[in-house]
Amino acid sequence: MISYAARRLALGVGQVLAVVTVVFLLVQALPGDAAVALAGDDPDPARIELIRAAMGLDQPPLRRFGDWLWGLLHLDFGVSLVSGRPVADFLATGLAPTALLAALTLVLLVPLSILVGVAAALREGSPLDRALTSVSVGLHSIPEFALAVVLIAVFGVGLGWVPPTAVGGLTPAVLVLPLLVLLARPICSISRLVRAGMIEALSSDYVRHARRLGIDVRRIRFAHALPNALAPAVQQVARTTDWLLGGVIVVEAVFVIPGLGTVLVDAVASRDLPVVQGLAVVFAVTTVAVNLLADLAAFRLAPRSR
Amino acid sequence: MNTQHSRRGFLGLAGLSVVTLAACSTSPAAPAAATPKSGGRLRAAFAGGGAKEVLDPHLANLFNEAARAKAVYDKLADLGADVAAQPRLAEKWEPNADLTRWRVTLRQAVFHDGKPVRAQDVLSSYARILDPGKAFRAKASLSLIDLANSRAVDDRTVEFALKRPYVEFPNALAAFGAYIVPEDTQDFTRPVGSGPFRFVSFEPGKSVLLKKNSDYWEGAPYLDELEFIIANEESARTNALLGGQVEYAHDLTPTTARSHASGGKVTIHRSPNSAVQGFAMKLDRAPFDNRDLREALFLLADRPQLVESTLAGSGQVANDLFGKGYQFYAGDIPQRERDLDKAKALIKKAGAEGLTIKLDTSTAAAGMVEAATIFADQAKGSGLTIEVVTGNKDTYWADTLKNGSLSSFRSGAMPIESHIAQRLLTTSTTNTTKWTRPEFDALYQKAVSTSDTQARAAVYGEMQRSLHADGGYLLWGFADWIVGTSPKVGGVATAPANTLDWARFDKVWLG
Repeated sequence: MISYAARRLALGVGQVLAVVTVVFLLVQALPGDAAVALAGDDPDPARIELIRAAMGLDQPPLRRFGDWLWGLLHLDFGVSLVSGRPVADFLATGLAPTALLAALTLVLLVPLSILVGVAAALREGSPLDRALTSVSVGLHSIPEFALAVVLIAVFGVGLGWVPPTAVGGLTPAVLVLPLLVLLARPICSISRLVRAGMIEALSSDYVRHARRLGIDVRRIRFAHALPNALAPAVQQVARTTDWLLGGVIVVEAVFVIPGLGTVLVDAVASRDLPVVQGLAVVFAVTTVAVNLLADLAAFRLAPRSR
Repeated sequence: MNTQHSRRGFLGLAGLSVVTLAACSTSPAAPAAATPKSGGRLRAAFAGGGAKEVLDPHLANLFNEAARAKAVYDKLADLGADVAAQPRLAEKWEPNADLTRWRVTLRQAVFHDGKPVRAQDVLSSYARILDPGKAFRAKASLSLIDLANSRAVDDRTVEFALKRPYVEFPNALAAFGAYIVPEDTQDFTRPVGSGPFRFVSFEPGKSVLLKKNSDYWEGAPYLDELEFIIANEESARTNALLGGQVEYAHDLTPTTARSHASGGKVTIHRSPNSAVQGFAMKLDRAPFDNRDLREALFLLADRPQLVESTLAGSGQVANDLFGKGYQFYAGDIPQRERDLDKAKALIKKAGAEGLTIKLDTSTAAAGMVEAATIFADQAKGSGLTIEVVTGNKDTYWADTLKNGSLSSFRSGAMPIESHIAQRLLTTSTTNTTKWTRPEFDALYQKAVSTSDTQARAAVYGEMQRSLHADGGYLLWGFADWIVGTSPKVGGVATAPANTLDWARFDKVWLG
C-alpha cells in the first residue's frame, strides 16, 4: 500500500504541473491581457503600453512562465500583475472562507448521506424510500444558483429567518443557506449510492450466510454490509470535493463570500495570470490529494475490490 | 465580475439639469429620513474589483474606488448638476487674457494628519499624475499643463502655465482621479487626504472602513462611520439591502427598481441622464465611410422602443448627441425619428441592399447586448441585415476601438468638451468612430480659446450640428442611474455617476 501511495503521489506532482501548464496556455489564449483588461473603457493605446510595461508583460510569455515556475519551486507564488500584492496574500485571505465552507459541507455530507441512504435501503420499496427517491432526483436536477436564489428569496428576504448574504462576516446563521445549497446535490447522489450499495450488500451471499449463522442483524448491517456499501460512496465524496471547488464559485458570488472562488473569477476577468496560476496550484493539489486519500480509504474499506 | 460583476465602472460623469435634480431628488422618503441627524454607521454595497482594488486615488478606476477616493480626498474642482466644473479645494480661478496662465487660489483646508493643504501639494500631486512613465487616468486631461513653468506663488496660490489657450481648464481640475494628496506621497496603504472621511481599515476585495473628519472644510459629515462593502452581483446587493445588511446599494437594474419601488422596504433613487447608450460606426472603412448608409442607420433606430425594452423605461430618448441637459448641449436640433422608407431609399442609393453588417457587442456594460439584438430586429425589412456578434467583455473597449465597423457604445457623463476632446478629434486617443475632420478640430481649438460663454456655446452648437448630420455615433438613449437605500437613509442626491453629488456620503444621514 505504501508503494501504491508513493506511485500515486509522484503521479500527482505530474498532474499538478500539467494543470498549471494548461492553465497558463489557456489564459494566454484568452483575448487581451491584464493591461487591456485594466484599461477598460479608456483603451488609449499609449496608456495600455505603459501599463503593460509596468506589469512586465513586455517580457516573452515563456520567460514569464519559467520565472514563475522557478519561484514556485521556492514556494514563491509571485505578485499580482494588477495590484502588486503577493499572490500568497490572495490565497491566504481567500482560503479561510472557502475551506470553512468546504470542510463543513464534507463534515455534514457524509453522515447525512449515510443516514438517508441506509434509511431508504432498509425499507426498500416503502413509501419512505419512494419519497426520498423522488426528492433526491428532484433536488439533484436543480442547479446551485437557482436553488440559492429561491432559498434567499424565501428564507433570507421573505421570512427573514437567516441573513440573505454573508455581508458582515461568516456567522453561523449566515452559513445556513450556503451550506444547504452546497449540500443539496451531493447528498442526493451519495445517498443514492449508499442505498444501492447497501441493498446489494444486504442481498449478498456473505450477509445471507452471516444471517444463517444467527449474527445480530444490526451487527450484520452496520459492521459488515455498510463498509462494503460505502466504498463507491467514498469515491463519490472525492468527486464531490472536486465539484465543491466549482460550486463555491457560484455560492460565493451569490452570497457575497470573499473566498477563493471570488478571487478566481476576478483574476480571470482581469487576466491576472500569477493569481490564476496560484489558484490553479491550490485547486490541483487539493484535487489530487483528496482523490489519493479517497482511493486509499476505499482500499481500506473494501479490500475485496482490489 | 467586474462585473463583473462585472460591472466595471463607466467613468466619466453623468449630468442632469438643475430642474431634474429638484424634481427627482430623493423619492418619497419615510418621515424618519426627512430631517438630518448625526451619528451611525452607513454600510454601502458596491461592485468591486478584487485584486484590482487600490486605495491610491490616482489609480481609481471602478465606481467603488471613485466613491472611496471622493470620501477621503478632494479635487480642486468637481462637476456640478449641469456637468460644468465648480470650485472645491480651489476657492477660485482666474485666467490671464489669452487663457494660457491660470491663477488658482486654494481654500483653507487641512489634511487628516493636521497639515494644511498647500500649493506645493497640488503641484506634487499633478506631477505624480503626469509622470511620463505612469498611466494614471487623469494624465490625458492634465497633460496640457506646462508643469516646469507652473509655480506656487504662495502657500495658497498656484499659477498654472498651459501649453495652449484652454478656457475649459476647470474641467481638467475636475478630471476623474485628479485628487490632491500630500506632497510626495507614494504609499497609500493608510491614505491621508483632506476629504470628509478619514481612513480606518481596508480589506482588499471585501471592505473599507472610514470615520468622519470633524474638521472637514465644508462641515463635518452626519455619519460617524462609513463602510464600503464589496458585492459584485447586483442580486446580492439587492438582497443585502432587503435583508438590512447594508443601507445603500449602488447600481441596481431597472427591473429591480421596478420590483421594489413600491414595496416600502427600500427607497429607489434614479439619476436621469446618467449614461448614454448607442452604437458607434467607423467612418474610415466600409461600409460606414458612406454617409448615406450612416443616415440610414440613424433612421432605422426606433429610439422609444429601445428605451422601453432595454432600459425598462428607466431612461430617455437621445438624439445622436452626447450630454442632453449638460452645459452647451445643442437642444435646438430637432429630434430624429424612425423613417423606414427613407432609410430603405438611402440603403438603395448607397448600393448596400442585401449587405450583412456585423454589430459587435458584449456584456461589458449593462443593456448593450439587449439593445444590439433589438436594433438588429428593427433593421429587418430595410435591405440591410445586422448580425449581432457578442465578444469578450473584459477586452471589449480595446477591441472595438480598433476592430469591426459597428459596435455597441456606452459612456458615463462628462462635460461635452471632454467627450469631444477624448473621442472626436484627430488626436483623440479613444476615437472609436474615427471622426477625423480638420475643420472640426479647428472649431474645437476656437471653442476652447473663446472666453465669452455665449460665443463658445455657438461654436459647440456648430460642432454638434455637424456630428448630428454626419457623425458616427448613433445615440438612442440616456439611462437613469439607479441606487437603492434603506428608507431611513436621508440626503441622497440623485446625481449621476462621478459628478460631485453622486455617491457623496458626507451629506447623507441615517434617520
